[in-house]
Amino acid sequence: MPLDTSTPKIEFADVSYHVAGTQVLSGFNLQVASGETLVLLGRSGSGKTTTLKLINRLVSPTSGEIRVSGKPQQQIDVIRLRRGIGYVIQEVGLFPHFTVERNIGLVPKIEGWPEDRIQARVQELLQLVGLETALASRYPHQLSGGQRQRVGVARALAANPEILLMDEPFGALDPLTRDEVQREFLSLQRQLHKTVVFVTHDLHEALRLGSRIALMEAGKLVTILSPQEFLKSTDPWASAYVRAFGAGLEAATNRGAQ
Amino acid sequence: MNVVRFMLQNYPQVRDLTLEHLWLVGVSTVLAMLIGIPLGILIAHRTRLNKPVLASANIIQTIPGLALFGFLLPVPWLGARADRLAILALTLYALLPIIRNTYEGIRGVDPAVLEAGKGMGLTESQLLFQVELPLAVSVILSGVRVAVVISVGLATIAAAIGAGGLGEFIYRGLSMVDNRVILSGAIPAAFLALLADFGVGWLERRLQPR
Repeated sequence: MPLDTSTPKIEFADVSYHVAGTQVLSGFNLQVASGETLVLLGRSGSGKTTTLKLINRLVSPTSGEIRVSGKPQQQIDVIRLRRGIGYVIQEVGLFPHFTVERNIGLVPKIEGWPEDRIQARVQELLQLVGLETALASRYPHQLSGGQRQRVGVARALAANPEILLMDEPFGALDPLTRDEVQREFLSLQRQLHKTVVFVTHDLHEALRLGSRIALMEAGKLVTILSPQEFLKSTDPWASAYVRAFGAGLEAATNRGAQ
Repeated sequence: MNVVRFMLQNYPQVRDLTLEHLWLVGVSTVLAMLIGIPLGILIAHRTRLNKPVLASANIIQTIPGLALFGFLLPVPWLGARADRLAILALTLYALLPIIRNTYEGIRGVDPAVLEAGKGMGLTESQLLFQVELPLAVSVILSGVRVAVVISVGLATIAAAIGAGGLGEFIYRGLSMVDNRVILSGAIPAAFLALLADFGVGWLERRLQPR
């Protein structure tokens, strides 16, 4: 995979965030290279989601600096910043009163794209995420969970952002659907080369999707490893994850042997 | 049957007082919406303000109708014309259900939808007009419906200070001890309330998202 390592697409420089006296994130340094899929892996409460929300400034850091495309975040208008960053969350958050087409086309419309270009873009995106174009006129409540999540991804990609933030996007899906959308995500990423920051607590997902895995614990970055390195790592936190991951399979195998 | 004959005989007056009644209710409801909806939006976004605002609207609601009309009578510009005064009083009463339902309608919007919208780079006003208000509209309208129905009943008291409306028949009937006259005011008022309830209810269902 061609990685541009010269200027990181996203950079955290000594970032801290606390709210109501609680240290959510402290002394956080991270560089995300252009075109990579960086997975933030950690337990709930480890600060993964906060890290993600710091990137599109849904929360602002208490101290430190975040740079996006080399530019300090404070120098970018927050609305412009967010329009250039796709955002996908577990609950999807589709607008229930809009059709699929209007959901996907909202940002392009606000950005003043002509109507025919929006329509073409919606069709293109639906195909890209593996949905039938006939779904364009449906409402979110008429879709299955997997379809909704795909529409969520299509909506995030609509205005062709360079960065994609994904917060446990496939966490609520059943295992088979999750497998399907993960596979689609990989093929999508091979075509698009977005800079993706992906939050999950699922090691399997992290190993499958990430080009690097950033392990977080209690508001701190523990280590950053490639999936191959992660499995062999002697870091106590990383190996704890690998052990827990293996435990389920092992237990099932042992039970079968008895 | 006596009542019907009486109403037919006095048709022009029944009609004029009904129209007057509609005018009092209509103008006060529109005013209450113009004040109450923005106020409800404000307190839904600045939650620190919600207690004082809702408490004030609540207190107004507890003032007995006749007393409020009486209190306002000595106010200079208002007291000069009874209908102005009645409209102000009715507006004040209509505020609570409208503010409260606007507040609740907007607070009821799924937080995930708002987060997604914000994260996509919608401005606050785009979020309000494209997402929050359309999703809250049926809850807001049900507040308006309650306000209108209360106003139709309350507006009959306006006749006590000479503001006209169907209350005139009721007061006149009471002093004449004539049920026909009382009912000539009460029946059209009840009819108006039902009509308003039905009309706004229909609009509410029409505009319901999904």
